[in-house]
Amino acid sequence: MIFTSHLLAQLLDLFAAGLLLISFAMLSERRTQRLVTLFAWQGAVLFASTLLVAHSAGLEEVYYSAALTLVLKVIILPWILHRLIRRLGAEWDSELLVNVPVTMLLGLGFVIFAFGLAQPISTLATTITRNTLGIALAVILLAFLMMITRRKAITQVVGFLAMENGLFFAATSATYGMPMVIELGIALDVLVGMLILGVFFFQIREQFDSLDLQHMETLKED
Amino acid sequence: MKLAHWIVELVLARPEGCLYCILLLLLSWLVLGVAGLVRPHRTGYIAHMLFPLGAVVSLGLALVAGIALARGQLPQILTLPLGLPDLPFHLRLDTLSAFFLLLLGLAGVGISIFAAGYFRSGAGTAPGLLCLQYHVFLISMAAVTLADDAYFFMVAWETMALSSYFLVTSQHRIPEIRRAGFLYLLMAHLGAICILLCFGVLQGGSWQFTFDAMRRSSLTPVWATAAFLLALFGFGAKAGLVPLHVWLPEAHPAAPSPVSAVMSGLMLKTAVYGMLRVNFDLLHVGLWWWGMLTLAVGLFTALFGAIFAAAQTDMKRLLAYSSIENIGLIFTGIGLAVLFQTGNLHLFAALALTAALVHALNHAFFKSLLFLATGSVLHATKQRSLGKLGGLIRRMPWVAGLALVGTLAIAGLPPLNGFVSEWLLLQSFLFTPQIPHAFINMLVPLGAAMLALTAALAAYVMVKFYGVIFLGQHREASLVQAHDANWLERLGLLWLALGCVVLGLVPEIALRAAGKVTNALLGQSVAPSRAWWIAPVSWQQASYSGLWLLAGIVGVVGITFLLVRSLVHGWMRRTPAWDCGYRWQTSRMQDTAEGFGQPIRHIFEPFFRMERDLPAPSDHAPRYRVHIEDRLWHAFYLPLAHGVQRVAESVGKLQSGKLAVYLLYSFLTLIGLLIYVLWV
Amino acid sequence: MISHLRPAGEVLLAIAAAPLAAPLFTGWIAQCRAWMQNRSAPPLTQPYRMLRKLFHKEVTLASDASFLFRVTPYVLFGTMVLAAAIIPSVATGLPFAQVADAIALIGLFATARVFMALAAMDVGTAFGTLGARREMMIGFLAEPALLMVLFNTFLLSGSTALPRLVETYRAHPSLIEPSLLFAAVAFLMVLLAENARIPIDNPATHLELTMIHEAMLLEYSARHLALMEWAASLKLFNYACIGFALFLPWGIATRTTSNVLGLVIAVAALAGKLIVAGAALALIETLSAKLRIFRAPEYLATAFILAVLGLLVHLLLGGQA
Repeated sequence: MIFTSHLLAQLLDLFAAGLLLISFAMLSERRTQRLVTLFAWQGAVLFASTLLVAHSAGLEEVYYSAALTLVLKVIILPWILHRLIRRLGAEWDSELLVNVPVTMLLGLGFVIFAFGLAQPISTLATTITRNTLGIALAVILLAFLMMITRRKAITQVVGFLAMENGLFFAATSATYGMPMVIELGIALDVLVGMLILGVFFFQIREQFDSLDLQHMETLKED
Repeated sequence: MKLAHWIVELVLARPEGCLYCILLLLLSWLVLGVAGLVRPHRTGYIAHMLFPLGAVVSLGLALVAGIALARGQLPQILTLPLGLPDLPFHLRLDTLSAFFLLLLGLAGVGISIFAAGYFRSGAGTAPGLLCLQYHVFLISMAAVTLADDAYFFMVAWETMALSSYFLVTSQHRIPEIRRAGFLYLLMAHLGAICILLCFGVLQGGSWQFTFDAMRRSSLTPVWATAAFLLALFGFGAKAGLVPLHVWLPEAHPAAPSPVSAVMSGLMLKTAVYGMLRVNFDLLHVGLWWWGMLTLAVGLFTALFGAIFAAAQTDMKRLLAYSSIENIGLIFTGIGLAVLFQTGNLHLFAALALTAALVHALNHAFFKSLLFLATGSVLHATKQRSLGKLGGLIRRMPWVAGLALVGTLAIAGLPPLNGFVSEWLLLQSFLFTPQIPHAFINMLVPLGAAMLALTAALAAYVMVKFYGVIFLGQHREASLVQAHDANWLERLGLLWLALGCVVLGLVPEIALRAAGKVTNALLGQSVAPSRAWWIAPVSWQQASYSGLWLLAGIVGVVGITFLLVRSLVHGWMRRTPAWDCGYRWQTSRMQDTAEGFGQPIRHIFEPFFRMERDLPAPSDHAPRYRVHIEDRLWHAFYLPLAHGVQRVAESVGKLQSGKLAVYLLYSFLTLIGLLIYVLWV
Repeated sequence: MISHLRPAGEVLLAIAAAPLAAPLFTGWIAQCRAWMQNRSAPPLTQPYRMLRKLFHKEVTLASDASFLFRVTPYVLFGTMVLAAAIIPSVATGLPFAQVADAIALIGLFATARVFMALAAMDVGTAFGTLGARREMMIGFLAEPALLMVLFNTFLLSGSTALPRLVETYRAHPSLIEPSLLFAAVAFLMVLLAENARIPIDNPATHLELTMIHEAMLLEYSARHLALMEWAASLKLFNYACIGFALFLPWGIATRTTSNVLGLVIAVAALAGKLIVAGAALALIETLSAKLRIFRAPEYLATAFILAVLGLLVHLLLGGQA
């Protein structure tokens, strides 16, 4: 398969836009099962774009990076999350803290902010994906917003993982990925973190009989 | 044709001919006003002679202003031997003044003719006094546009405020009207103080208060910003920008309908004129964030006005909030023009300014038309609340038909005039990504979305207005006796409706007039077009023709009608309404004004402060009541008023009533001055 | 003589072709829906039969209805036919093309909507005013989204006049430009909302309290109802053609290809696109459920956000076309 560099750039832009779209969809999704599916799709798009970057830059490490993304973010983590959700019975998230249109408008504001911020930085980067740094920043901010505006614990974890996706994409945009050691370390951290959080969720449910984070507000000095 | 040619030549004969003619016309208004005082209670003579003559003078004013715009050598300057010893009244007729005089004259004709048929004898101010106040109001508005120095401007501005105050409180026996008048006077004076301060800043150290001196002075960016903000505040208070809009929904409904029409259609435009004069003429430098501020304030005002209009249950308050919305749109255009101008995109600045000016002209026509129509409805039914009207299209076909033209125009529907100005404004938004600022070129396109939302909300509001008043069933039994307007009222409404139609089908007229103004202020104008088409930027970019649109629709409708009648039959039968087979239909089952506004209340809930009385299930006589209030009134104005009152009370403690204490004050002042002399 | 016949013929073709073709499109969508729902489908010409049946009936008019009520079906039909004559569905050089650009077209649709709402309020029944209120609500929420879609296409082509848009795209094909994809999805969502399709409104519902569009037609009968139904199917046809002109302009006869062969190809291309679009619409309708009325603002807010995202992505990625 021989891609012309113009076609390559367009495909990368397309993937970046898809990433942004998925982040927005995650911001407004109410069902946790669908949220995890969206997260898996985000991982898949990330995998495809990393593959493209690897092909265009010709670096072997980035291929390994892509493979790691595929295994971890598209297969293992969603599977763990799905199992967790089934066992906890947390199929639905309650209403968001602010209603959906306002959340989306806030997200839009952050996207504009990220784009405006990234414009001068993009001119300094030298990779093929430099235009997409703004999108990566936007994905991180949107994931953070998702963590803030949710009530159930599971969705906050998904937000945290989506933020990591955004960071990975930013690294791929600005430089050609991080050193392999750091990547492996982060991947291990994420995996272990997931397992520990899974245990925590059961403890929270035992204690409060629900995963709604409002109950945790009683944990303070009075 | 020969007569027209002769008149034009006469007006243009002397270099200041236009200005002399206008002064003559203003003087004749004054004469008419004073003539009303001769026999203040003779309604017939005042109504059938003085007001129609006033309309003729208005038409003359429009003609002279039109001639001046088209062919006169502007600017024309004159100095009157009135005023202060070293600051006589300077007058100046340039393109901006001529445009607004044209607006004043054209809309004034319709309103004066309607007023001739409207004023009847009753409680409140005598008709002769009303005649004087009305004509002084018109004169002062014209004088504001002609003023060329700060003193004359302020004199005219204050006369405008005072005469309109007396007109608003025509029915001064009713307490709410007195209250509304007081609020109006208060806000008008707050604005006037700011305008005065603005002129004080603009003279820039030369202590010359003529506008010529202000044009020549150069201000530092800090002082220029101060002047701009003072002007925005001052003229915004008169125009009704949020948060200075609180007087509008009180004063416009309190006034008699022709006065509401003049205030909404003409007085708000003098504030626009003032803003344009200060910003583009006197302050010849601009900063980009001024444009951004004006744009943001304008867009928010427009949205606010539209949302609140949708929740109203009084027909004149609804129109007042709709005026706020339209003023917001005009200021949006002005803000865009400043933004483009500071970015050196002069063609687009001209486009935005043209949109604002054309919208001002259009608004004068359709808002006056709607206010006058509500006046007719008020006369016929004695009801102002939307909950007691309905089905008037069968009783008042003339008013309903002409109000339909006004409704379609204000909703911004092609092929009428409201669409032209909204189209121009949207077109100017399309060019905002070219502005050379990082975040602005991404934020401002979102303003286009807010503009589209506001325009569509305006259509919603107007469907509510027209549908609840004129369509459906009578909500009160007494509406069966409603009668149509008399011939004078019809004539006035017809003139304004014709204006809407003509400006919509031949937008070239308005565009040319606005083009002269933008040429003078910005140095550019939008592309000249053919008679029935407009293509403001270029033919490839976008084009529109209202006349061909109308011709197409009428053509297709005609062909369809003929085909249907000839190929099929035209049989028809009148029956009771089907209503899905429900036999016990009453007039209370159709939507009320609150009901029609319910989706807006639901979607835009944070904007409102609502008090609701919901019936309980066990209620024997269930009542539903909802009261909408402005959040800003409670959050901002009431605390401010209480604060001022508290300060006044604490200062009032100085007045203890005891003579000894007053003597003590004088004694202490004397001791203080002696000590001061000792030290210095 | 021939040179005069050509523009007159074009005018007639432009005006007459769309009303004849639009019910066929509606019939095709109904057939696809029936197939997907495992029912036996009505014939393709069913809408024509319905129109013919309605035209022959006698009009029963409410005794309180005014002239506005009677004139609205004709006005609606007129505006929709005129819009069809303006949209470049088969050729860009149509005689009415310069009368209105895309924004004016939206204004024309708004006129039709306002007239329909006013007529629904005219008789003064509860259902009529209900339908009017809901229709105007959907209208004002859909307009910002539609305008942002047009903004996207304007940034890419420098014009809001539809024929010019078509010609620019044909000259510079940029298939996988992300902002166009976003705008296309947003346009599809607005199309479903404005034409009273699932998920906003069910065109085949019998429950009056769930109706939006149908509630406004309840008092109409015979030829008036026929014209209103015809206008509704014309509106869907027009929206589909606008979508093709904005996002899938291949096959439309431009100035260089406006001979007879070019026109034949254009008509065939349009037919093909309509078949696929109809099937896709039926698929979307079958797979979605109707939303509660106050979820409609969320739906339209999503369309708006998508369109704005497309705009921002275009501005950020710097117009690599």
